[in-house]
Formats: sequence, structure tokens, C-alpha cells
Amino acid sequence: MSQQAPKSIGKINFGLMNPEEYREMSATKVITADTYDDDGFPIDMGLMDPRLGVIDPGLECKTCGKHSGSCNGHFGHIELAAPVIHVGFSKLIRRLLRGTCRECSQLLLNEDQKNEFRDRLERTRDLGRDLNDVTKAGIRQARKSDNCPHCGEQQYDVRHEKPTTYYEVQQVLASDYPARIAKAMEPDEEEDKERTTPTDLADESGLDVGRVQEILSGDFRPREEDRRAIESALGVDLTEEDTNKLMPSDIRDWFEAIPDEDIEVLGINPELSRPEWMILTVLPVPPVTARPSITLDNGQRSEDDLTHKLVDIIRINQRFMENREAGAPQLIIEDLWELLQYHVTTFMDNEISGTPPARHRSGRPLKTLSQRLKGKEGRFRGSLSGKRVNFSARTVISPDPTLSLNEVGVPERVATEMTQTMNVNERNLDKARRYVENGPEGHPGANYVKRADGRRLKVTEKNCEELAQKVEPGWEVARHLIDGDIIIFNRQPSLHRMSIMAHEVVVMPYKTFRLNTVVCAPYNADFDGDEMNMHALQNEEARAEARVLMRVQEQMLSPRFGENIIGAIQDHVTGTYLLTHQNPLFNETQALDLLRATRIDELPEPDEVIDDEEYWTGRSIFSELLPAGLNLEFRSSAGDDVVIEDGTLIEGTIDEDAVGAFGGVIVDTIAKDYSRTRARIFINEVSSLAVRTIMHFGFSISIDDESIPPEAQAQVNEAIENANERVEELIEAYAQGDLESLPGRTIDETLEMKIMQTLGQARDSAGDIAEKHFADDNPAVIMAESGARGSMLNLTQMAGCVGQQAVRGERINRGYDDRTLSHFQEGDLSAEAHGFVKHSYREGLEPKEFFFHAMGGREGLVDTAVRTSKSGYLQRRLINALSELETQYDGTVRDTSDTVVQFEFGEDGTSPVEVSSKQDDPAVDVEQIADRILDNEFDSDEERARFMGDSQPLTNLSEHTDDWWLAQSDD
Amino acid sequence: MTGYDVSETIEARVEETTLPKRLREEVYSTLEARDVTDEEAEQIIQATEAQYEQSRVDPLDPVGTVSAQSIGEPGTQMTMNTFHYAGVAEIDVTQGLPRLIELVDARKEPDTPMMTVYLDEEFGDDRERAHEVVWKIEATKILQLGDVSTNVADMLVQVALNEETLQERWPTVDDPVEVAESIASTIESKLGVDTVQRGLVIEFGPDQPSYRDLLQLVEELREIVFKGIEDISRVVIRREETDDGEEFILYTEGSAFGDVLDIEGVDASRTTCNNIHEIYRNLGVEAAREAIIEETMNTLEEQGLDDVNIRHLMLVADIMTNEGTIESIGRHGISGAKDSVLARAAFEVTVNHLLDAAIHGEVDDLDGVTENVIVGKPIKLGTGDVDLRMGSGKQAD
Repeated sequence: MSQQAPKSIGKINFGLMNPEEYREMSATKVITADTYDDDGFPIDMGLMDPRLGVIDPGLECKTCGKHSGSCNGHFGHIELAAPVIHVGFSKLIRRLLRGTCRECSQLLLNEDQKNEFRDRLERTRDLGRDLNDVTKAGIRQARKSDNCPHCGEQQYDVRHEKPTTYYEVQQVLASDYPARIAKAMEPDEEEDKERTTPTDLADESGLDVGRVQEILSGDFRPREEDRRAIESALGVDLTEEDTNKLMPSDIRDWFEAIPDEDIEVLGINPELSRPEWMILTVLPVPPVTARPSITLDNGQRSEDDLTHKLVDIIRINQRFMENREAGAPQLIIEDLWELLQYHVTTFMDNEISGTPPARHRSGRPLKTLSQRLKGKEGRFRGSLSGKRVNFSARTVISPDPTLSLNEVGVPERVATEMTQTMNVNERNLDKARRYVENGPEGHPGANYVKRADGRRLKVTEKNCEELAQKVEPGWEVARHLIDGDIIIFNRQPSLHRMSIMAHEVVVMPYKTFRLNTVVCAPYNADFDGDEMNMHALQNEEARAEARVLMRVQEQMLSPRFGENIIGAIQDHVTGTYLLTHQNPLFNETQALDLLRATRIDELPEPDEVIDDEEYWTGRSIFSELLPAGLNLEFRSSAGDDVVIEDGTLIEGTIDEDAVGAFGGVIVDTIAKDYSRTRARIFINEVSSLAVRTIMHFGFSISIDDESIPPEAQAQVNEAIENANERVEELIEAYAQGDLESLPGRTIDETLEMKIMQTLGQARDSAGDIAEKHFADDNPAVIMAESGARGSMLNLTQMAGCVGQQAVRGERINRGYDDRTLSHFQEGDLSAEAHGFVKHSYREGLEPKEFFFHAMGGREGLVDTAVRTSKSGYLQRRLINALSELETQYDGTVRDTSDTVVQFEFGEDGTSPVEVSSKQDDPAVDVEQIADRILDNEFDSDEERARFMGDSQPLTNLSEHTDDWWLAQSDD
Repeated sequence: MTGYDVSETIEARVEETTLPKRLREEVYSTLEARDVTDEEAEQIIQATEAQYEQSRVDPLDPVGTVSAQSIGEPGTQMTMNTFHYAGVAEIDVTQGLPRLIELVDARKEPDTPMMTVYLDEEFGDDRERAHEVVWKIEATKILQLGDVSTNVADMLVQVALNEETLQERWPTVDDPVEVAESIASTIESKLGVDTVQRGLVIEFGPDQPSYRDLLQLVEELREIVFKGIEDISRVVIRREETDDGEEFILYTEGSAFGDVLDIEGVDASRTTCNNIHEIYRNLGVEAAREAIIEETMNTLEEQGLDDVNIRHLMLVADIMTNEGTIESIGRHGISGAKDSVLARAAFEVTVNHLLDAAIHGEVDDLDGVTENVIVGKPIKLGTGDVDLRMGSGKQAD
């Protein structure tokens, strides 16, 4: 099988097509409205003519001789009995009719004006602005002249009746002109006007008196100039509108005479698009491949919408011709013409306002050409910008903390479908043979082989062993995915670049993709049924790019805020908190157990020896994971100061602020100052250590953890009671008119604000009371304090009081007239009546409270639903506007047409990935550099060389090369 | 030369680096303070340069897409709740996602226009004088000055002005009657009626005794602006801590940036408003760019998303102002002005773009991103913009 040389599209020219061109490229003229005959064979010169291409497998295309699949199809054509207008250009046609002479077809502009608009057009084109603005101005100018500057012919207004009818509007003498003149000659008392005698009129208009008499009696129709004279003399309008329909054939004749130079002035390129081509005389028939028919289960054929539309067109076309030949009356011809126009119009666009859409037998509007292109599922956005691909898989995800964050667990079923091409040579011949021998079903097997002569063979269970022996260098083997292969992994919505990252494959049993929990943050994934997509890469270039640029560890720092987006989450944070907050002691067995999933297999010197038994503190166990030479000082979210000196945690709690995703200081520092590989190792180890720790201590939460002692409950109730009293006082003051309004607020608003404030305080104090009664080892408190999950507010609502429910930022005010529910008095302003929930979630809500709570909750849900669509559109527009921008070697930011947008990205050219968005964090700290150089704080020459920029750090390409990589670096 | 006490060799060495000005200054001051040898200095400079080079954006980085994502992604976390209180509790300002959309849309008029007016020192320190400016800005209408009543029997509108308010709002005029006179003449010129003014009472009526005309007059009277700027319905004055110490700052509901800048006592260098088009008209496109950055940053900050790198906002502001005027992000702005037919067709209003392209005989050169996705070629960004060829010769090692 010969393959054509790969072609690539260089550029695309747009233009209108000459009807002659249609005829030339047409494979056949279509004259029969039917598709298949009784035997199921396509009818010659019908809509399914085999010369238009083939869709049924096995048949041969009569034009190119290819079979279905390789034949792209060929256009046919229909000779229209009469010209029809192309709807898409109806506005332009109107503009041209108005701007050109009805007689000589020249543009109604003199040479100077033409030149002016030609120049303006040129300039607009150079500036890349919208050409339509200039052409519209040109037409507006042309319409001003009543007479053609070239032939002097009088011009009439052209009226456009949407979608495709045009009328010429002429001002002609009204039929009741004598009456109108007579009326104008009547005396007018109000304006002190006397009767105008015919003599006066004759004097005034300069006409003969006899002629005036004749005109008045209706015996003589005044000529154009007489009419004008009388009109100006009497100040009357003697005309009425006369509309004359312009048939498409008239318009076509009119346009044919427009000179090329004049078209250019209107921004139309005469070489590519002549205006008369906007009126169709020949209709191209799309190839069958563009409108395939489907065979239903019962053997009946169901045709495509376009085919249906074409059938209509051909039928009317035939009828039109028959009627015309039979000499049918003009009225019938015009009706058929209009019908033909309607069908051609809806063939192009079936969503034109004012035109009833063409419908399918079932009543569903047909999907015609425009509808195929338009919108999200249309050809452009649906098929061309978003393509379907092979070598992809999708399934549910589930967590696996034993994987590295770079890895992904791929189910065996997926691994045996997705293949990688292996070029067989002497060195991998044995491996290749083994894959083929395993066949398509055994796991590290192969699905296809390609012989040296280019022939592709499917590996089956039956032929695999035989085929394996034949494999030799020069062949290609499509082998299954194996551990260590690189693939691309994605979770929608892909809002940022960390939504698509490269992972290394670990083939696993069962049917879900497995991922380490620390990559949940960048993907925004959880395991409540989320699904993710996987793409197997198909060439070496793609695989190399994925490894170097897209691997999870390389995407660790978010360009949005310049800090790490991967780190410990939830239980990991709780784990490190438990390990370091109280700094507990562990004996050797326990310590080694905590560290068992890390590289550490030797413990440092024990921190304490009690009764001959050695003990290690949590902090020194954690320190084992830190790289040597790390120095840090910061404040933890738990509130204490963390000090790390030379890779040892001296004091402080390790929590969300230290190792968390979204800017954990330790992770961020390691990723920036050491390397992404070191940071990956650190995160992997921290998460395994944390999981071990949390398993060691045990951690769970129950209802009882949120209960507070009765005396605390009494205090809470009292606080709420007090708040209620204060609200009552406010309402009282309001009713008395004693309430003083805040500046710029009405009394009512002031009252609402004060009540909200009082009730807010009430909830806070209830929270404070509840908080006081929680022990430090309360799981909810630990989680809130360490930043693992939840907040003190959540705790307040669970234990103290849920608080005020709000809709649109106000207390709940909707429902009945002047009251929220029928349980309250009208005009009741109390806390209870407007959605204050005084109970806690643990106590449970009263029905009224529950209802208000649901109202607040509903607003939240609606808000999220509206937000996702709005922000999705915002994102699409932003991406579309900025997608072309790229930094250049000279540091400028330019778009693809080389327009400079910024001379230096972000004014200083620093990368948003390397620099934290925090203002007080400079990218380059000269003082610190000087310190290091002067004090010569380098562990090795290697490190020094790297610091000086004399050597580049090694690139780590795979989990499997870690040992080698670590040996090369000094950590 | 540089004003720093460093040796010439060091100076020459620093000047030949690629370091930006700010970093050079820093290097100089560090070296000056430490008193280092030339050799040490050389090392420090080299290391600084290495660190700087490392923190730079890579060439061919698709910064546009990254910036768009960095602004779009937090959009999903923003609230839709339109009205929220800005720094000043008394003025409602659109916040959150709606405000962000409003900004990138470059709307001619924001939903809730407002200004922050800073005052010159002598006005800003003194409450009385600050109030003088307030009355020049805030639109004063009749209902704020006194009571309006209709006398149906005599077909008269009676305005009883309040002496205190007049003194408060015209602090520079001593005699309230004088003010009343000017008010009366304003009414005469605006409504075209004759007025009778006695002390602080102004009376007037319609030409013909007509009840409808009388009511009509009252309606029109209410709309007359006697002092201040019509568009500004309210001014809130607050004492705030700024870089120059405590001072009075005015917040206005409604905006008329150009008018306010001309008022005596207003510090035009610090006064701003939230309508980027007004800033563009009065201060030019660079100021508009600055305003876009400032406003988007404030919107994000208010939503607790202050961690978005300001460089991303700069890029958006820069592309919006690249043409010298403010263009919106979207069909009517940047995306609609793209060179490529396919890119425009793939964004919005597909069919019209194709038909127009045919008429104008446009050519799509396929250099953009969308076009190349459509025709199935590698896009010219990032690694797609580099041509690498395997060398045939031996590697020089």
C-alpha cells in the first residue's frame, strides 16, 4: 500500500466561488430527487449517486475508484431553474444595491471620494481593524446622492424585507393629486390664510393658468417638474410610494455590471469574489460522505438532514422548470420562485428570524449547514478545536498512599489496550519477542506488530507464539504499557496547567486509576466518584517533553502564586501535627515503624534514655526527612515559632503552613533551593510518615467530641438570651423613633445592620464559650488548629450556635406579607422571626430554624451553579485573548504576529513560578548571596559551582533513577 | 559615577552584567557595606547574576495562557454576591466575580461607579475645609435644602429654605438670604418661571393656573442641582491613616472624574475612580492600564485571593491597552480583532466571520494557536517554537 507524502496546510484563502467553478468540480449533475431505487441501489444522477463518493463498505467510488474510508467524496451540482439569493450575504446585497447606480451599476461616488475610501480601507487593513466600518461609511456616503454622478440617472431607495426580498421604492404622483391640491388651496382660518386661486397658484409655480386648471380637474397628469413646482408653491406632498420588487435575476444583472475598481472601494476582492456570485445559479451538492445515511435496525434507511433539504430543493426546482415550460401564469412562477428561495435559504441557515424553520417529519427543526458549524458542539468548537483521540482511557480514581506522587496506578485492562511503539533492534529483540509471545491478553504483551515492509499484523492469542519467532530487527512492536512508561493524566475542568500532568505508569490489578493523595490539590480531585482521563504518548518527542516539563514534580510550583501547590493535605497535616506539636517520645520499634516507608533505615542518636531504653522525639524523627543544610524560621498556623537549623527541626509545630499544599514553607523552600526531585522525595516521605503517625496514635471524630458540658450550654443559652434582649431593645428604640440612623443609611437599614451585628456577636461569644470547654486533644480542635480540615467557625456551629441565616447578605425577609412564616406576627422584627438559628448542629434545629437554614443553603447552591457557568465563560475569553502571547529570547512578550505587548514580562522579567506573589519575598536576595559567599557556606564544590551558575543541576527523568540521581547530588 | 564607594573594577564588572537597575543598586550597596576584596566581589556578582538568570522567565514560555489561567481559575472560587461593602461601610460597590467580568469586559459604565477623592494637605487636615470640598462635589438638590409645599389655592410652589443647611452647604457665603437669591435665580433659569423671594422663602407657580403644571414644576424642581456635580449623589467623608499621616478622604457614590479633578482642594495626583474609561479619558492610556491592574487586584484581594501574582494582571491590562485605547477581552475586543479567520470563527459567531472572510478575500496564514489546532499542525508556542535537529557531526566534548 503506497502512502502519500505527508502534506501540511500552509495557508487558507477565503473567497466566493464562481458558478463555473462549481460546474467544473462537480462530479455529476443531480436531477433526481430520489436516493435509492427499490432494490436499494443508488439512483444515477440522484442524491446518492455513487460518483459523489461512497459510504457503504465494499462499494467503489465511481469518480476516484477508492473505497469508503479513503474516498473523501466529491461535490455534485444542481442547476437552479432561476437564480436565488444566498442568505448569508443578504445585508451586503442590500448595501450594494443602495450604493450603486440602478442604471450603470457604478458606485455612486466620484473619483475623489472613491480614492478617499480606498485609502481609508488600506489603512484599516494595515491596522488590522474591522473593514466593515469603512465600507459602511462608504455606502452611507454613496446613498446621499440622488443622482448617479456618472450617468445622471435618478436613484431610488431600496427596501429590504428580511430575509431575502428587495424592493425599489419610487416616489410617484399620487392618484388623488387633484384632491390634494384642492385641499391645500382651501383657506385656513387659524393661520389667516386666504383661499389660493388657480391664478395665484399659476403665478407662484410659474405654470400656465390653463394647465393649472387642467391639472386641478384631473385631466392632465403633471409632469415631474410641474409636480415639484406645485409642491413647493403649496407646500404639499403629491407623491406616494410605489414599490417594485427586485427579482434575484434583476439583482444579478445589476451586479454583473459593477466595475471591478468600484468593488475594491467596498473592500471586496474582485479577483476572488464577484458580487453576482452572491446570487446562486448553481447549487453545489455536498458529497455523500458529508451527509451519510444511516441504516436502521429494521433495514430502513434514514437520510441525513441535508439530504432531506436537497430533496426539497430538487423537487421545487423541477416543478419550477415544468411550470415555466408549460407557460404557467406569472403569479405561479413567482410563488415557486419564492419557495425555491425558501428551500435554498433554509439549506444554508435554518435559524433565520422571521422565517419558519424547515422541519423534519417528526417536527424537529432540521440541522442545516450553519447549524453544523455553529456553537459548542458545532464543527469549529466541537470537531476542529476539540478532537477525539486514540490511546486514551477514562475511569474512576481511587487513592493509593503507597505510590509516589509522580506515579499513577493503571488498571491492567487499560494497560493492555494502550500501547507504545517499540522499534526492534538487536538489543531489545529478546524483549520484543517476549511481548509478542505473551499475546494481546497476557499483561506485558503486544497488540500489533509492523513488519519491516510496513505491513501491520494483529497479534492474536492464536498466532502470538508463531509471530514472536518471526520478530526481527527493523520491525515495530506495539507493546502494552509497563511500569515506568510516561502518560498524561487529566481531570476536568482543566482550569490551570496543573490539571494536565504527566505520570509514570504502575500497572495494577482492579479497575480504577490509583493516585497518591497529595496530587488531589492540583487536580482538585476527590474520590467520591471522580473520573479522570489518561493519554498514552505516541512518539519519542512527546514522551521526552512530558518527562522533562509535565511530570508532577516539575509542576509542583503554581505559576498563580509562585509557591507549591502539592503538599500534605488533611490527615497528613493532622499526622505531622500529632508528631511534632507535643513532641512525644517513641521507642526504637515505634520510631522505625514510623519511618518504615521512607528511605531512612537508621535512627540518629536517641534524644532521651529512660530506664535503659532509648527514645526519640517526634521532631527528631521528622528531622530525618529534611535535607541537610536547610535553615528556616517561620510562624506556624498553630501559633508557635518553627525553627529549623541545618536540616533539624529544633522547635515548633509542623502543620499546614509548613508542609501543606498551597504554600507550605518547607516544601516551597526545598523545591526552589534544592530541586524538584528533592521536594518530591520530601513530600512522599512526609506523607508516608504522617500516615504512619496518625495510625500510631489513632484519630477519629464523633458526635460526642462536639458536646459541651451542661454549664457551658447554660452559658451559651444565656449569651443568646442576652443578644435577644438587646435586639428587643433595638426594636423598641426603633418603634419609639429613638434609633439614630448611621450616616448615609435609612433608619430601617440601620436597625437591620445593628441587629445583624448583635446576633453575629452572640454567635461568636457562643463559639468562644464552646471553645473554652474543648480540650486541646479534641480531634476537631486539632484539625482546625493544624489547618488539616475545618475551622473554628465550623466547630462553633456544631457545638455552640449555628447563628444568623442570610439570603442576599441580609436577614431572611421573604415569604408572606411582612412576615417570613405564618408562625409569626406581621411586622415581627425579632431575631427568631428572621432566620436566627440559636441551636447548634449537635443539638439539632427546630422546624422553623431548619427551614431558614435550608433557605440559606439553597442560596449557596444557586450561587455555585451560576458561578461555574459565568467563570467558565470568563476563563474561555481570557484564554482566547491571551493564548497567543509568548516570551521571546529578547525578553519581550509578543503575540504570534510579533506585536510587542510587554517589553519585559511583568515589568521585571521574573518568572511567576520562581517568585512568590508575596511582596516581601524578593526573587534575588543580594545580602543573602553575599553572606553565603563570604562565609563560604558550601558543603561541597559541586554545590558552590551550582550556586555560582557554573554548573547546571542534573535532570532527574524517572523515579527509577532516584538512587543514581541522589548519588550524583550531595544530599 | 554611581555614587557608591566601590572600586572601579567592581563598578565596571557590575555595569557589564545583565542585572536590572534595582539589583545593581542592591549589589552596590551590599558591596559597599561589606568592604570586600575584588575577588570576593566578583564572586558575589557572578552568583547574583546566576540567581537572577535563574529567576527569569524562560524564553518561549506561553505566559499568556498561564496568566489567563491564573486569573480564570480563582474565578471559580469567587462569590456571585454582587453587593458588598468596600472599605467604607456606607457605600455599596460591586464586588467578586461580577466586578471582575465588568473589568475585563471594559464596560463603559461600571455597575456602581465610585471615586476615592484625596485632598490637598490644607483641606485634608481640617474637617471644616474638607467639608467645603464635599459640598462642591455632592449634588445638592432642593429637598436637602428645605421644605417644598404646594399651595393649590394660589397655584404656587413654596420653598422654605433651611437656614442651617444653607450655611452648612455654602460655608463661604455669610448671608443665607444671598444664597436664597441665587437659588431663586437658578430656579428661574432652569424652570423658566418667575419667582418671588422673601427672605428664605421662594414662591413661584405655573403661567396658567393648572394643577398638572404645578405638580410638573415640583417634579422638575426636585431634579435641579443647585450645587455640586449632578452624577454624584452622595459623598462620605472619613478620617483615615495614609502614608502621609491621618487625613480626611472622601468617598463618592457616582463618579465624574474629570469634574472632580478641577475642584480646588482636590489632590489630583492621588484621587482615583473605579471607571477605567473615565481614567482613560482624563489621564490617558497608561493611567488606564494602571487602573485596570489596581481594580482587578483589589477585586481579587477583597475575595481573599490576594495571592494571585500581579504579573498576570499586568499582562491582561497590557493587552487590553495595547492598541492605545481600552479594548475588552472577548468578541467585541481582542478576540474579535484577531488576524486569523479561523481563530475568530472558532471563538464566537462562527458563520458571519466565514462569510465576511469570503467577501474580503481574506487569507489565513495560520500562525496562531487556534488555527494550528484546527488544521492539525504543531502550534508555534513553547517547545513548538523551537526547531531542533539532530547533529550529524561528532559532539564537541
